[in-house]
Amino acid sequence: MAIVPMQQVSICALKKDRKAILEKLQSMGVMEIVPMEQTEGLAVMDTLASRQQFERNAALLEQALSVLAEHVPEPKSLLASFEGKEKISGRDKMATILRRDRTMERAGKLVRLARSQSENRQRIGKLTAQIESLRPWENLGLPLNFKGTEKAAVFLGTLPAGVTAEQASALIREKAGEDVPFELETVTQTPEALYIGVLCLKEHAAAVESALRAEGFARPSSPTHRLPARKIERLQKEIESLKQTNEELEADIRGMAEDRESFKRAADYFRTRAEKYRILGELSQSETAFFVTGYVPKKAVPAVEKAIGEGYGAAVEVSDLAADDPGPTLLHNNAFAESVEGVLESYGLPTKGHVDPSAIMSVFYVFFFGMMFSDGGYGLIMMAACGFVWWKYGKTLKDSMRKMVKLFFWCGVSTAFWGFMYGGFFGDAIDVVGRTFFGYTGEGSILKPLWFEPMREPMRLLVWCMFFGLIHLFFGLGIKGYEYLKDKDYVGFVSDVLSWFLFLLGLIFMLLPSSLFSSIAGDAFDFSWAAALAVPAKVLTIVGLLLILVMQERAQKNWVLRILLGAYDIYGVTGWLSDILSYSRLLALGLATGVIAQVINMMGSMGGKTVFGAIMFVIVFIVGHALNFAINVLGAYVHTNRLQFVEFFGKFYEGGGKPFEAFKTVNQYTEVEEEAS
Amino acid sequence: MNIGMAFALLGAALATGLAGWGSAKGVGIAGQAAAGVVAEDPSQFAKVLILELLPGTQGIYGLLVAFITLANIGVLGGNPVTDLPTGLMYLGACLPIAIAGLGSGIYQGKTSAASIGLVAKKPDQFGKAMLFPAMVETYAILALLVSILAVTNIR
Repeated sequence: MAIVPMQQVSICALKKDRKAILEKLQSMGVMEIVPMEQTEGLAVMDTLASRQQFERNAALLEQALSVLAEHVPEPKSLLASFEGKEKISGRDKMATILRRDRTMERAGKLVRLARSQSENRQRIGKLTAQIESLRPWENLGLPLNFKGTEKAAVFLGTLPAGVTAEQASALIREKAGEDVPFELETVTQTPEALYIGVLCLKEHAAAVESALRAEGFARPSSPTHRLPARKIERLQKEIESLKQTNEELEADIRGMAEDRESFKRAADYFRTRAEKYRILGELSQSETAFFVTGYVPKKAVPAVEKAIGEGYGAAVEVSDLAADDPGPTLLHNNAFAESVEGVLESYGLPTKGHVDPSAIMSVFYVFFFGMMFSDGGYGLIMMAACGFVWWKYGKTLKDSMRKMVKLFFWCGVSTAFWGFMYGGFFGDAIDVVGRTFFGYTGEGSILKPLWFEPMREPMRLLVWCMFFGLIHLFFGLGIKGYEYLKDKDYVGFVSDVLSWFLFLLGLIFMLLPSSLFSSIAGDAFDFSWAAALAVPAKVLTIVGLLLILVMQERAQKNWVLRILLGAYDIYGVTGWLSDILSYSRLLALGLATGVIAQVINMMGSMGGKTVFGAIMFVIVFIVGHALNFAINVLGAYVHTNRLQFVEFFGKFYEGGGKPFEAFKTVNQYTEVEEEAS
Repeated sequence: MNIGMAFALLGAALATGLAGWGSAKGVGIAGQAAAGVVAEDPSQFAKVLILELLPGTQGIYGLLVAFITLANIGVLGGNPVTDLPTGLMYLGACLPIAIAGLGSGIYQGKTSAASIGLVAKKPDQFGKAMLFPAMVETYAILALLVSILAVTNIR
């Protein structure tokens, strides 16, 4: 239930054992290796080239895998993303290493096949476009690059759409002169252009051509020496053969689907080796020895000493962290509390010497989430879904994912609990179904709330929400006090923590019996008993107030400033007020779930007690509640996080810890099971 | 039907209408940013979708208040409003979520768009990115609370 204590471990060993030791450390995965400063006489090995080679290999294998995924998709169920890594034995790993060259060859071949397939596809596209441009000329009996005979000139080409053959003839006559003989023939007319051929004597060629150009005449873009129809046929044949080739390539690619496993294993192997070489490049070494330093969790230190120190006769030096060295942060919590570690991490990890708030946070997190989502039906669905994933895939799931699933399972439990406390089960579905379809006419609801219905007594719930909020905030302040006590800073504890406890508690007990408060709380609460505490409450308030005034700014040497700043700190009580008011979202979001669910049920039941009405109810019920579930689970998640991050953490938490990143195997697909030896 | 009823209905209409407008605009602003991010990096879809949806709650709060109002004024049950003062009271009770819903929806949308940009650059900072829009939402929640308390406590 806390931050795992770290120790600094330095290893000095013979160079000949270097790779073996690194491999051992990597497979143990308990050490975060720190790059050493350059020291005279010690060199660093340049491993960049081989590291890049391994990374390139891994990238090629990934490319091959993505080709396979595209052509031969792996059959995957909806839940496959929870399925974690495949377990392989040490022997399988050896086999992967021995066959790595062959695997790389196969991967290279696969990528080449896919590349030539896509090149062929591009070529087919190009050829198809060419056929399209030749299509209008199909009936022409001349090759497209035909310029004419000895005496006659021939122009083949297009005129822009909108120009008719008559207009073109008239224009040539006008531009080239009335007495020039020529023959204009329309080959095809399409909406885009007019395809024509013009025949004239060679001596008039220039005049006719310039007349045509003025009209927007253009020669064909791909002139050939073949007849258009023949050319089209040839192109089509080429396309056919390309398609044929591609089908063969496709079959070849599909035939390589069985290599998928070996690609995955080899990709993991190369990634892990690249990581090893990255570390190798950071090590200082002399001619005969090399050095590694890094952080190791205290618990794992004996294992490292045994494996490296005894196993290889290396010198292993263990020391506690220096006072100013925060070290990396690794959390260790019990099975329930560890589920919020992911949420904590998204805000920032605690640093050495501070409290890991996971345990307290997890309780409030689940509690508040349930209050906001608060519906028996939704809670049971969440429990069932997360419980199923946890039960089925709990062992293979990635660690962070497993914690998340667990967190939402517990949130589901809490949601169901609060749902039944408030009397909500898919809103008022039981009542609506009972009244609409089974003729229930009794007074009140069928599913009685275990506590009370928030819609009927919102003020009562509001006061409770603020009460829960106050407890949450006091826990936050309490943790801060605990940290002061742990550091033996008793002055700080009294002036920064105790003073606020006294001041706030005093204020609350003074306000409780006042008419202002009872007008808010209505008749749901009777706080008149607090009137008896009026005098002690006043004393508490004043003592707290004075402590804050005098002590809060104790670092300030100037007494006038110290008191003035202290007075300003008292103004911080407004911050407490707004923090507590912020917990009203527990009520608001809880009501939102219930009321929207009611609207859905009401809309569904509008069809009345008929067959059609029943079908409509089922459809509206499923769609509506799915939507409401999605919206409110999001809202509850976001606002529970907010209450933790802003209100709770605001009282004590700093974060800023660096996560512990062990030097370990980088496996994306597989996990090697260590054999018992 | 009388003038009091008309004002009460106007209140319900404003609650859904204005708050819905705010949400629509907010989700719209965030949606444009989200689409841009997904165009570059489709794997961020789930994260930016959550951020895009955050300004959508105001519309739901408006609907909620409108529904409670309708259920109280005799449209969906309850007793019909018979006099002008009561009708105006309902109108007044609906205004907080109508006004704060409109404003906060738009501003939350802008904040969400900025957070989506943050996630695009640093996907691991999702937890913090989600917090900024949630700050804006506080004021919609406070307005919702006042509206609910006011509507349920009339008469």
